[in-house]
Amino acid sequence: MVVFAPPPEKQGALRRFFANLRATPARVKDSAFRGGKPNTDRTRSTFVFGNVFLHLHPVRTHRWSLRWTATMGLGIASLAAFLITLITGVLLMFYYKPHPAIAYDSMKDIAFVVPTGNLIRNIHRWAANVMVLTVILHMARAFYTAAYRAPREFNWLIGMGLLVLTLGLSFTGYLLPWDQLAYWAITIGANIAQSPREVTDALGMTETFDVGGLQKLLLLGSDTVGEEALIRFYLLHVMILPLGLVALLSVHFWRIRKDGGLVRPVDAERRLGPVHAADYPVFTEEPRKTYQLAAVVRGKSGAVARGPENTVPSMPHLFYAELAVTMLTIAICVALALVSDAPLKELANPQVPENPAKAPWYFLGLQELVAYSAFMGGVGIPGIVLLGLGLIPYLDREKDGTGEWFGGPGGKALVLQALFVGFGAALAVEAFAIRYGWLREWIPDIAQLWITVFNPGTVLTAIYAAYSIWLVKRHQSTRAGALGLFTCFLCGFVLLTVVGTWFRGPNWDFYWSPSDWPGH
Amino acid sequence: MSSNDPVKPSRLDPEPLPRRDFLGKASLWAAAATGVFATLGIARLPKAAVLSSPSRKFKVTLPENLPEGQAFVPPGRSVALFRDKEGVHAVSIVCTHLGCIVKPNATGFECPCHGSRFAADGAVTKGPAPAPLPWRKVTVDGSDCMVDEDASVPPGTKA
Ligand code: HEM
Ligand code: FES
Repeated sequence: MVVFAPPPEKQGALRRFFANLRATPARVKDSAFRGGKPNTDRTRSTFVFGNVFLHLHPVRTHRWSLRWTATMGLGIASLAAFLITLITGVLLMFYYKPHPAIAYDSMKDIAFVVPTGNLIRNIHRWAANVMVLTVILHMARAFYTAAYRAPREFNWLIGMGLLVLTLGLSFTGYLLPWDQLAYWAITIGANIAQSPREVTDALGMTETFDVGGLQKLLLLGSDTVGEEALIRFYLLHVMILPLGLVALLSVHFWRIRKDGGLVRPVDAERRLGPVHAADYPVFTEEPRKTYQLAAVVRGKSGAVARGPENTVPSMPHLFYAELAVTMLTIAICVALALVSDAPLKELANPQVPENPAKAPWYFLGLQELVAYSAFMGGVGIPGIVLLGLGLIPYLDREKDGTGEWFGGPGGKALVLQALFVGFGAALAVEAFAIRYGWLREWIPDIAQLWITVFNPGTVLTAIYAAYSIWLVKRHQSTRAGALGLFTCFLCGFVLLTVVGTWFRGPNWDFYWSPSDWPGH
Repeated sequence: MSSNDPVKPSRLDPEPLPRRDFLGKASLWAAAATGVFATLGIARLPKAAVLSSPSRKFKVTLPENLPEGQAFVPPGRSVALFRDKEGVHAVSIVCTHLGCIVKPNATGFECPCHGSRFAADGAVTKGPAPAPLPWRKVTVDGSDCMVDEDASVPPGTKA
């Protein structure tokens, strides 16, 4: 009788099945983290390399970059704020409905009915504000440490793209509640997009060449702020702009690695002094993979032709620093959200403007300029500023002071002087215009083109430009001029924002304090 | 195989335009053309051909006892109507600066948004508004007025 029996090596399949089943959790872990436990410098490097998110970091970080004054953590804080808005934003999407008939009601639901809805909304709003602030400060940090210089010029341009997208996200988000604040701020914003008409009208060419009208039409999908506008802003806010931001962010971070890490002074090694082995235990095992790959990187990257003496493993040193900044950002956003509610005014009413109708705070400086000339304040001067910012890295090809705060000819003293000039000029021009009015009040039927060209905003810009040209001559350095100009514009931005926020009341009239506003 | 014999190319020699090259070039051109057309299409779609805005022509009856120089704003409309001895006229109340709704006052109009002021005939007297408030077309039919907010008339035209 023949009994069917599998060969001995094929026996015990059931036993092996259960053994495999038992081993599965451990194997899933092994297959996900292939380098083994990240507990030595070597396995940590493998871990950083092998992880798609972590590998945006270099495996080793220069000690200079870890000093908190090097970056003040502002880039990571911007990223953290963005991630907070991303998560809270997706949560808000569960309830928000982008149609004029129900948008406001759904906001009310979120604020009063949805469990934790109000808190999530507050966090979203505050994180968005924090993000705008940290992005601006981060840009200022990159500027003042001359981090835009070669080889980082292009990353500066990517950064400008990020700035524009960040502001765009805030602006589009502002409409969604469909309350009075939203409706009138966006009406004004859309008409700013249309304001090139101020010039084309004056030149009598609007019939044939109407960029302003086209921009407004594309933005609103109609000639007034209505359902078309709401769905467009919603689409931009939850889809197009965030995707664009994520794409640019990936490039931004990747470029930092490829540009040889963060900027640092040429003599950073000397300034830092010797590494204390106790502070940064270097190499528990010889890293191989790291340097094989680093050797492929073109150019003067951080790890090429330079000893590893002054670098430390990114894991854990850099990651702890990043985590700390992230936690701090979250704490700040949540704390603000707990003490201060995001505003929600009455339902939008296209017949009665909010008085005063104020944009979000970071646009109030522009609104102040717009109150002199729509085109110059809303399009002309911002355009000039963006163009100037974009040109800086290509005009300043100097070497002096790279990687140092306020580095370059003139240095701190120059920035201090520019601070005085910047605030002084802005204050003087504003005070004059508030006290004495402007051309239209003096010569009632003056042609609009005169006011467009010559108004407090353009006068201030001209003063700043003249000052900065003088600085270039005086110090024989483009960097000196750039330091002066950037500082001046920062001062102008701050001062105009402060005036727009606290000193403008109904009819955009000047008031010393909101308590003086006439009741309305 | 003699490599210096130009007349008899070997079967192993590369073809004049290798297939791979051709395929590569063709797909590059196809991709470029697709890119161009897709971009055009994408740019064309968001520019609405038909606007959803309702007609802005409407019929209204002025209040019997509307004093001369006093504005009447029909609910939901953006014109102010006036009646005097010469007839009826309509002035747009959309600020020519950035589109806020101006408020009629004793001397003309004031804008709450950035402080533009206008005279009774719509001329700018103060502030950033770049142009006067336009007058709209009015036709009187008995006690009713037809107002067309899409049609402007020269200031001073009364019906
Ligand atoms: C969404 C906005 C942004 C995020 C999340 C972001 C994030 C970062 C991070 C994490 C770093 C690493 C160093 C640091 O933490 O400071 C960095 C570096 C840098 N960023 Fe940004 N950034 C943003 C916008 C900008 C803007 C607006 C600019 C300037 C126009 C800019 C220019 C730069 C430059 C030049 C570097 C290299 C700095 C150096 O080498 O020291 N970034 N960014
Ligand atoms: S919208 Fe009327 S003054 Fe700006």
